[in-house]
Amino acid sequence: MTIKGKAYIAGIFEHPTRHAPDKSTAQLHAEVAKGAIEDAGLSKDDVDGYFCAGDAPGGAWPMVDYLGLNTKKLRHVDSTETGGCSYIIHLGHAAEAIAAGRCSIALITLAGKPRTGAMPPRAAGAEADFESAYGATTHNAYGMCAMRHMHDYGTTSEQLAWIKVAASHHAQYNPHAMLKDVVTVEDVLNSPMISDPLHRMDCCVVSDGGGALIVTTPEIAKSLKKPLVKLIGHGEAMKGPRGGKDLDLTYSAGIWSGPRAFAEAGITPQDIKYASIYDSFTITVLMQLEDLGFCKKGEGGKFVADGNLISGVGKLPFNTDGGGLCSNHPVNRGGMTKIIEAVRQLRGEAHPKVQVKNCDLAIAHGTGGLLGVRHAASTAILERV
Amino acid sequence: MSEAKKYPAPVTNPETAAFWDAASRGKFMIKRCTACGEAHYFPRSICPFCYSDKTVWEEASGEGTIYTWSLMRKSPTGPYAIGYVTLKEGPSVQTNFVDCDLEKLKIGQKVKVVFKPTDGAPLPFFTPA
Repeated sequence: MTIKGKAYIAGIFEHPTRHAPDKSTAQLHAEVAKGAIEDAGLSKDDVDGYFCAGDAPGGAWPMVDYLGLNTKKLRHVDSTETGGCSYIIHLGHAAEAIAAGRCSIALITLAGKPRTGAMPPRAAGAEADFESAYGATTHNAYGMCAMRHMHDYGTTSEQLAWIKVAASHHAQYNPHAMLKDVVTVEDVLNSPMISDPLHRMDCCVVSDGGGALIVTTPEIAKSLKKPLVKLIGHGEAMKGPRGGKDLDLTYSAGIWSGPRAFAEAGITPQDIKYASIYDSFTITVLMQLEDLGFCKKGEGGKFVADGNLISGVGKLPFNTDGGGLCSNHPVNRGGMTKIIEAVRQLRGEAHPKVQVKNCDLAIAHGTGGLLGVRHAASTAILERV
Repeated sequence: MSEAKKYPAPVTNPETAAFWDAASRGKFMIKRCTACGEAHYFPRSICPFCYSDKTVWEEASGEGTIYTWSLMRKSPTGPYAIGYVTLKEGPSVQTNFVDCDLEKLKIGQKVKVVFKPTDGAPLPFFTPA
């Protein structure tokens, strides 16, 4: 059984806020839910499936109640928590549920306020006594990946910087982006070192905000007014140090989620016109591009250099909203906004300066957790009908 | 550098208590599976490779090489270097590097275990050999 073509993304909404000290987290969830439902042209009472992750206050049942969803109709919930890629996994799970007839209109929400206040720590796993004292953070966990990637493949800070440069070229056209200034490779290299070898400009922003999706059946999607965007392939995977055997931090679980998604879609990376790639850090993008098969392992540095990711300039336009590196990173989780910008591109709703011509195939890929420690990855391949 | 840093005491549990008891005596332990022969870290009762429950404690040499590292420069408690050490016995372990010039760490460098006190059992760290 496949989910290929069984589910369409009929509604999207990205919260315009980047700083929301005057709002509650639940309120942001409600605002993005309302936005996505209205974008689809539906009513909240139509929703019969709800998906959320660890950012939803209290989890699924308090949220279903708070959002006022129609509990006589709601018949499927999923609160899979895999960090930043949770929402890409939710998209696949929603398609599975729709294909199995378990729901027909699924709502997925993400929202939170890490810029206003620190997020609560994640629950400890069995490794806690053997790791927590060592202070793994996003910065240094991704720094460890970059350090080893440079060692094994000769990847350079200049090459990583090109990823930020490309993001900044796109962000200049996004009125909501936190960082709208176009930057150069030198700007990135001259920004302060945060955790070797990652500079400040190798790191994404911290922002409040959120986003939501409506996923539905082909029949319902065709009855609505939005351009049709269907899910044709999906993959998810996890990776960790696995008892410390054969540790290799130069690849991610994307090496498994990507091929699964491409195989289901029946296409190859060369067919992709636009790529949303989670950019928590520049190294995240470089490793994901290799893992997804856009270039060979170790050649990501060469692939991203010289503007190859800039829309209208390079071969693979990526993160045309400015991504996490420049636009936003709601709840420290980039998966949702990756899907939303991919849908905009397929609908032809991206900013004209960054809109990819004849964009009919797009990928939205993300990771969650710490790439250098243990993490999840999820890949979605979307097609304009 | 990190001499004044206070580290949290391990909570410990029945599965890992023997590790911390040994640490208190200055011994760095790993687990080895007698069914498949593989060593692993952090210690589990069930072998993560073959699922045998025939895992036994083994004192490791405490010697290894740096697999990777990153010097965290922006921290309220001061700079610290996190990394992985690949032990002589095979498994790679997450750790911090201590008692050395953190700017001069190198992948492939030889390191050895050193324990630092907490309010409970001491924690293993690594320093250049």
